[in-house]
Amino acid sequence: MRIPCPFCGDRDAREFVYRGDASPVRPTEPADFHDYVYLRDNPAGPLREHWYHAQGCRNWLVVTRDTRTHEISRAEFARAADR
Amino acid sequence: MRYSILSLARNALSGQRGWRSTWRAAQPRDGYDVIVIGGGGHGLATAAYLARNHGVTRVAVLEKGWIGGGNVGRNTTIIRSNYGLPGNEPFYEWSMKLWEGLEQALNYNVMVSQRGVLNLYHSDAQRDAFARRGNAMRLHGVDAELLDRDAVRRMAPFLNFDQARFPIQGGLLQARGGTARHDAVAWGYARAASDLGVDIVQNCEVTGFLRDGSGAVTGVETTLGAIRAGKVGMAVAGNTSRVAALAGLKLPIESHVLQAFVSEALKPIIPNVITFGAGHFYISQSDKGGLVFGGDIDGYNSYAQRGNLPVVEDVCEGGMAVMPMIGRARVLRSWGGIMDMSMDGSPIIDRTPIPGLYLNAGWCYGGFKATPASGWCFAHLLATDQPHHTAAAYRLDRFRTGHLIDEKGQGAQPNLH
Repeated sequence: MRIPCPFCGDRDAREFVYRGDASPVRPTEPADFHDYVYLRDNPAGPLREHWYHAQGCRNWLVVTRDTRTHEISRAEFARAADR
Repeated sequence: MRYSILSLARNALSGQRGWRSTWRAAQPRDGYDVIVIGGGGHGLATAAYLARNHGVTRVAVLEKGWIGGGNVGRNTTIIRSNYGLPGNEPFYEWSMKLWEGLEQALNYNVMVSQRGVLNLYHSDAQRDAFARRGNAMRLHGVDAELLDRDAVRRMAPFLNFDQARFPIQGGLLQARGGTARHDAVAWGYARAASDLGVDIVQNCEVTGFLRDGSGAVTGVETTLGAIRAGKVGMAVAGNTSRVAALAGLKLPIESHVLQAFVSEALKPIIPNVITFGAGHFYISQSDKGGLVFGGDIDGYNSYAQRGNLPVVEDVCEGGMAVMPMIGRARVLRSWGGIMDMSMDGSPIIDRTPIPGLYLNAGWCYGGFKATPASGWCFAHLLATDQPHHTAAAYRLDRFRTGHLIDEKGQGAQPNLH
């Protein structure tokens, strides 16, 4: 798997650290933390997920990847990515 | 007796055309008392124990592909009960006890081989942790033996004892652990269930749930039509989130790919199951002679049933570090299976918030050893609506109440369990 880092270009996935589904947003209400910490949609198909380019530019990215094929359709800086 | 030296000889002479089916392939009826979704080891075991232990025989097992085509045929066949936490150990030991009597119970050769599971330790801290786990096991009445370096050397002289970075200081041995023939486990449970009247329906994918006015599940929609049921149990590890989503449930589970490997067949060399404590590598030798080994999951969400090369390299490096002799063997095959990685690394056997729908999930990459007890306890839950006492901790709401069973202490990061 190669990830098209928007800063470094196409790089081997082993340079990155995986953080998982990018969609959960840290809640403000304590009651919402269970869902945020533990529950996942876990789709079979396109998934927007966080990858950290630890051995490269050290940017956090949002990568859109199909979990059925590992095909990557998009990679963008997490800061700029739409929530 | 269906299989004997006589029937073998008779069929050898008649071109192997006289064998009867091991189990009866069925078409779905209109309704059942219980539908089990998933014809893997856990689903088939559940059906068999529903019929045998609880007299519930109006049962269907629905399988979207063919039985035993998922993770029960993709694992590395290791059975053990060397857990440290009180929520886990009684359950896995119950599974171990069921393994020990499984061939007699099923009248089927599942080739349980109690050759021993040896976890190597490589530092003082790891020895202390293993001693603690071994003591926890013994307090639960389970066998565990802490071996020093010389005892390990006598057992496995081929290990790399000269390694400077990760010196082998000893190991924790569970002598009753070992391996079993994984496909035979599926076939044996299928036959036991089928003989007691359970319908096993292949190529029947669940596409939705039937609900009544109160929202309770009253059956399933499938590619072969609607089937009503008093209760529906899910045993579809790997695809749990997808099936649960059909009922509107969101679960504390991610699907990840785990790869496994087998080498060409060699003469007997590795006498037991050996795990490398400084990396993640485990290995045993099958009765055909192949070295069966594996390591970490790939670490990213996947439903692909195949992994990537960095993990192949990592697993092989682990193998070379602990037993350099295997560098001479060639890898014959590798494959991937999809794991239900739960948020604390432990499984779920529980009712769901939806009446009529029951959940057996979250086995991470330890589901095979649990097959007999998982079926036993899930059948108990489906039949009695009460958790079996060895599985009472595997609740779905433990993530909300804080009663996590985090054997590895990694927190809510499924790719690290």
